[in-house]
Amino acid sequence: MGRPVSYNVNPKPLEKDISIADMPEGHQGEGFFATKLGAVVGLARRNSIWPLPFATSCCGIEFMATMGSHYDLARFGSERVGFSPRQCDLLMVIGTIAKKMGPVVKQVYLQMAEPRWVIAVGACASSGGIFDTYSVLQGIDQVVPVDVYVPGCPPRPEAIIDGVMRIQDLIGKESLRRRNSLKYKQLLESYGIQ
Amino acid sequence: MLTNERIKQRLIEKFGEQVTAFSEPYGMLTFEAPKEQNLKLLNFLYDDEVLKFRFLTDLQAVHYPDNKGRELAVVYHLHNLVDNVRIRFKVFTDITVPDIYTATGLFSAANWMERETYDFYGVNFVGHPNLKRILNVDEMDYFPLRKEYPLEDQTRIDKDDEMFGRG
Repeated sequence: MGRPVSYNVNPKPLEKDISIADMPEGHQGEGFFATKLGAVVGLARRNSIWPLPFATSCCGIEFMATMGSHYDLARFGSERVGFSPRQCDLLMVIGTIAKKMGPVVKQVYLQMAEPRWVIAVGACASSGGIFDTYSVLQGIDQVVPVDVYVPGCPPRPEAIIDGVMRIQDLIGKESLRRRNSLKYKQLLESYGIQ
Repeated sequence: MLTNERIKQRLIEKFGEQVTAFSEPYGMLTFEAPKEQNLKLLNFLYDDEVLKFRFLTDLQAVHYPDNKGRELAVVYHLHNLVDNVRIRFKVFTDITVPDIYTATGLFSAANWMERETYDFYGVNFVGHPNLKRILNVDEMDYFPLRKEYPLEDQTRIDKDDEMFGRG
């Protein structure tokens, strides 16, 4: 029986030694290139994410491996791990969040400047995991909105990288107007933010 | 040499019938007293020139739901550091009136331990300077380690069994 969640099951040949992000769609001629502002901003944002690791337990160890030389998240433009929420774009919640820690996660989220994204790494951050008990928050989406969930207990570094790449997709495709939209405001209001 | 027999004799000399249920599981002297007597006993164990139990190792509660009228036990673990002897002392209380005198006046270490015991079992330590929750969230309105909650509802659907290996 196959595992419900698998990574790297299809071999993927290396295209070239150094990959460069593709140019966005647009019109070009001699000395000019015209494209959508959103595409350029998205390209810049998605390849320079500053993650803020909120690591509380064993998934944090996997994240250390992810940042280490073997897996090396820096290849995806996330070299610079910030420990100040005011400078970071991506909140990575890695590990069990107790109910008493819930307000802390929310405060860290509030201190981040827009645009901001959240990734829940591991079963505990996503749903409480095996800690189906009175003291553990049953998923951080009860206190902050989450963009990507990474399954696993703990997830392998490949899974964390996969999650970050999905965040990159989201960031690259996000409309510049999304954060001003009514729908986004309603989402934040449902969490009691603003 | 401070033997269990000697401690027992000394307690009976002083408190007579009030100290009961002496036993020695794994060689550690264990006994009980009425809950109103807990401070008198702790003070005697502390001050007595022979006993010298001056270190509070641990303090916690146990819930016996079938033990009507004496559901909650508060257990003190005491240590005589001079003779290196340990004892265990229990008081029982009704769960509807879980009032016990605080030991914070005698042992500063009892402060946080009594807060923890209050947090998880709801024992009301009378006279405690700051009796509020210490480990759980302040909004919690129950005492989680009391044995009065049903086991997990097998029909719940908020967890996807497939993803937790119990499908």
